[in-house]
Amino acid sequence: MSSSKRKIPLFEPRLVRTALQQSFIKLHPVKMFRNPVMFSVEIATAIMLAVVLYQMSTGEKSQGGVWYNTLVFAILLITVLFANFAEALAEARGKAQAESLRKTREETPAKKLTGGKVNRVSSSQLLLGDLFVCEAGDVIPMDGEIIDGIATIDESAITGESAPVIRESGGDKSSVTGGTKVLSDRIVVKVTTAPGETFLDKMIALVEGASRQKTPNEIALTILLAAFTLIFVIVCVTLKPFADYAKTPITIAAFVSLFVCLIPTTIGGLLSAIGIAGMDRALGANVIAKSGKAVETAGDVDVLLLDKTGTITIGNRKATNFFPVNGMPENKFIELSALSSLSDDTPEGKSIVELAQQKGVQAIAEKGTRFVPFTAETRSSGVDTPSGSNIRKGAFDAISNMIKASGNTVPQPAAETVQRIAANGGTPLVVSLNNEVKGVIELQDIVKPGIQERFHRLRKMGVKTVMVTGDNPLTAKYIANVSGVDDFIAEAKPEDKMHYIRQEQANGKLVAMMGDGTNDAPALAQADVGVAMNSGTQAAKEAGNMVDLDNDPTKLIEVVEIGKQLLITRGTLTTFSIANDVAKYFAIVPALFISSIPALQALNIMHLKSPESAILSAIIFNAIIIPILIPLALKGVQYRPIGASALLRRNLFVYGLGGIIVPFIGIKLIDLLVGLFV
Amino acid sequence: MSGEIIAIISIFLVTLILAWPLGKYISKVFRGERTLTDFMSPLERFIFRFSGINPNEPMSWKQFLKAMLTVNALWLFYAMGLLIYQDRFPLNPDGNAAQTPDLAFNTAISFLVNCNLQHYSGESGLTYFTQLFVITFLQFVSAATGIACLIGLFNGFRERTTNNLGNFWNYLVLSVTRILLPLSIVVAVILVFNGTPSSFAGKDTITTLQGDTVQVSRGPAAGMIAIKQLGTNGGGWFGVNSAHPLENPNYLTNAVETISILLIPIALIFSLGFYLQRRKLAVMIFGVMSVLFILFTAINTWYETKGNPAIDRLGIAQLQGSMEGKEVRIGAAATALWSVATTSTSNGSVNGMHDSLTPISGGVVILDMMINALYGGVGVGLLNFFIFIVIAVFLSGLMVGRTPEFMGHKVEAREVKIAALITLLSAFLIKGFTALAAYMVAHHPEIAWSVKPGAWLNNPSFHGFSEMLYEFTSSNANNGSGFEGLADNNIFWNVTTGIVLILGRYLPIIGPIAIVGLLANKKFIPESPGTLRTDSITFGVMTLAVIIIVTALSYLPALALGPLAEYFSLY
Repeated sequence: MSSSKRKIPLFEPRLVRTALQQSFIKLHPVKMFRNPVMFSVEIATAIMLAVVLYQMSTGEKSQGGVWYNTLVFAILLITVLFANFAEALAEARGKAQAESLRKTREETPAKKLTGGKVNRVSSSQLLLGDLFVCEAGDVIPMDGEIIDGIATIDESAITGESAPVIRESGGDKSSVTGGTKVLSDRIVVKVTTAPGETFLDKMIALVEGASRQKTPNEIALTILLAAFTLIFVIVCVTLKPFADYAKTPITIAAFVSLFVCLIPTTIGGLLSAIGIAGMDRALGANVIAKSGKAVETAGDVDVLLLDKTGTITIGNRKATNFFPVNGMPENKFIELSALSSLSDDTPEGKSIVELAQQKGVQAIAEKGTRFVPFTAETRSSGVDTPSGSNIRKGAFDAISNMIKASGNTVPQPAAETVQRIAANGGTPLVVSLNNEVKGVIELQDIVKPGIQERFHRLRKMGVKTVMVTGDNPLTAKYIANVSGVDDFIAEAKPEDKMHYIRQEQANGKLVAMMGDGTNDAPALAQADVGVAMNSGTQAAKEAGNMVDLDNDPTKLIEVVEIGKQLLITRGTLTTFSIANDVAKYFAIVPALFISSIPALQALNIMHLKSPESAILSAIIFNAIIIPILIPLALKGVQYRPIGASALLRRNLFVYGLGGIIVPFIGIKLIDLLVGLFV
Repeated sequence: MSGEIIAIISIFLVTLILAWPLGKYISKVFRGERTLTDFMSPLERFIFRFSGINPNEPMSWKQFLKAMLTVNALWLFYAMGLLIYQDRFPLNPDGNAAQTPDLAFNTAISFLVNCNLQHYSGESGLTYFTQLFVITFLQFVSAATGIACLIGLFNGFRERTTNNLGNFWNYLVLSVTRILLPLSIVVAVILVFNGTPSSFAGKDTITTLQGDTVQVSRGPAAGMIAIKQLGTNGGGWFGVNSAHPLENPNYLTNAVETISILLIPIALIFSLGFYLQRRKLAVMIFGVMSVLFILFTAINTWYETKGNPAIDRLGIAQLQGSMEGKEVRIGAAATALWSVATTSTSNGSVNGMHDSLTPISGGVVILDMMINALYGGVGVGLLNFFIFIVIAVFLSGLMVGRTPEFMGHKVEAREVKIAALITLLSAFLIKGFTALAAYMVAHHPEIAWSVKPGAWLNNPSFHGFSEMLYEFTSSNANNGSGFEGLADNNIFWNVTTGIVLILGRYLPIIGPIAIVGLLANKKFIPESPGTLRTDSITFGVMTLAVIIIVTALSYLPALALGPLAEYFSLY
């Protein structure tokens, strides 16, 4: 899977250093204000600082020892720093991931075209709308659109896929990406993005926080957390008169500690890190999300529109049959076919040679055989033997054009075979020898191994899959059955996708789709989650809300899981954070009233050593749980497609019940340790 | 198992057996289907024609709330006016005086909001005229207001997407004519046959066995007592409420009154199932509520029947349980059941002194009112529970990786904001005002008020704290029962509880109705395999956890200082 390509260790030293530095910079109240929970902790820290300073200057003793208050202050400060660190680390990872992608395209020489003349400039000097030329061997300096020419391009720098792709002007495959390499031909490219405004730049800005906007679910959760914080403000403020009534003096440190322990600092501290990490994970999967909302929405998707080719079937068809015509002996035809494909490196070509071998035919090229590679113009390939004969294979229309040009005719049985193969969902390849049709090779779609399991998994997630194909309904139905897809649109025209999306949306469904062509753009814009392939046109990339650098159509499935993971991580950590409070109450409340209401010691079920150690243990636990949970926040809680109720049961058990039990153990252990000193 | 325990279990079971068909009937009434009580329709048509109301006019959630608030405001002025001048109206055989303005303010609000906190004694503080035309009237219409609002909430989920919550006036009138009035007549007749007075004559003078003469108050009480229970009002005709032998003469009437307390709140939960054709959801809600209800009842029954450890230490046998503040004809177990029933449903009538409950039972009834959604007041109980559902839906939605949705509508920031505010409100009102009272007692006990804060509390220490906590919890929950032992008829308590009453009533109605209005307006999302089912046991457990955690986190320190501290010092 592509996500393993750029794996950054969780605590890479370089990133940790940056994050440490950032966690102090982020103490700035204006920055903290965005996060009400941690902002409250910062205020509490400031109060403790004031208490300590006041005590140091006046020697006042009623608020407890100076060392104790200083300790409380330090722990609170560390709590805030831990939260900042989590956020900063997530940011640093996102940036690192984006940088490693960006590096590929920095400072390459460019051949700028001005008034028909080519100037050599640096890629950074290219502006929006400039034209540049790329020839075989050149690295493309900037994202752009081909306005003239056709070329094969190696995109492995971006996608990791070694097979070269064809890009040409005017069609749906006119987009080129900076950092990729031209392997053949010459193209003229127009720069489509201003420097610093590529999708990657936009994504980096999102990760860095400058333009990061909270997603709707994040806003709702922040409101809920703010409400919990306010409840605990009320709890702590009212505790003062309650304590007065009970004639119990309570120190400021105790109030502040109680407050900080109770407010949901764990989730408050990790919330933005979780959001950023979601986008990091998308980036790790080579998907550039244009907003955090897009990733989140992906988790809610009900319907997934998938193109057949490349998603459900292996994009490359495989040879399954040889059909000789005009009395050609089968063995001879197979040999001819194999010979024509010996030099053909495409998966189709290889599959022909393989099938020939299976049938016991070994084709050996004579010495001096010249290979004729596939070109975009001839759309056929083959060999010229030393004996002067030429063998060609290609699509029916390509070969028949060639034959007609040489004055020959295409035999009727060959045309019939071609039609029959097409009707069964296969692709016919016609083989000619010296401009005479000798037979037809049948290529068939091969359903991707493991795709059925993936659709099963999606069905369990509650996502309906729809296959979109240009095939006739019969073929489509056949493939749909084999692959286990829920529904299909056959003989699909671009507007059919749009129509289907609208229909599903009218029923309240969220629809995701993937597309690359200009005619996909409206549907990409209409879909709730539109993933454009990086190889697609600029229009398609603008219309979608994500861009997939790998051009991998199955990526949608990963994106859906990333979206779900994002929500689950927030939900479970919120539950964990709130459940923690139960234990903290049992630690602090008896400690507060130990002197005036000894009977309440019955609530000290953890048998903490002293009021001071109880309070310190509670706030230390509260602080260290944040870094302990950073790996979980950054990696995300794993999504399991086991049905909503079962998943809730599981997460409620692990994070709800766990959230109640863990702090009891944690606080007790810390108390044993703290008790040695206090 | 003792007979007493079997008796209270039977009372609960009979309630359920009656509530199921009643729920079906209520659903039919509001769906406009044919029912046995269709003979009331001429009366309803007359009311609508007389008031110029078209009962079929649709209302948006804002119009719905406006209608509800307007008519409630009108009733407030009406009630206050009559109470302040009650001595000038007829039907005052005992010559009772007018109420002071602050007491009238408190009383009018208290009955208007279905709370029935009584800072006066019915025998001397009211006349027969105001008992009937203020108190009993408000007991009917405030209960009907709750039911009408609940039907509005149902309507928000009845259609896929709608602006229409139905017609408030229609539901208000139907609630009275089809539900409250017929049931009250049945209960009142049972009470009358068991000795509850229903006459306009003044006080009676009797000679006791000892030869003393005693003045016995009476009046047209039976009807009022019926609606007080059925409408989760709780305000008694007599000062000591259903502990009074004329208000609750024997074990049978006690059983009937206990059933009346629980009947409509439980039936309304079932009616949700019938009305929306989501019986599983109704059963889930009922289940969650019942788990806590049964647990609370078990705790109280255990502690009340076990007796007081202080008396145990004196070597005195307590075979009947802790009988301080209880009626011998009713017994400890039935009083324990009642104490939970009345606090669960925001009813507030009592058949024994809650002040005398053992500490844990006292804590349980306070906790019960803090939750205020275990069956809850007629209509409003489910509205309160709905707030917990919204929070549970939100958290569990996140936990399964989907934007949360309830009944096919997405729960987003605005709904969460409203739910969070309502949750916050109870904590603010209860703890804020208790803190204010505690502050006055601790720092200004001798301030020159007509009743000094130092003289408010009958009991010192933890129990005194519980008394104050109870008073505001009861006000916020619109429950109306008191721990008593609190000098509450003075300006401080009349005004502060009055404020808590209003806010604690209307905001928790406005909130849920607004949420439903917003949700109903959103696009309907049909259920898919990925949808988290809200009628499952798992979701029920989630809701239960939310209720317990939210309540525990908000109130644990207060409960620790009151009932828990008292418990640990006593046991």
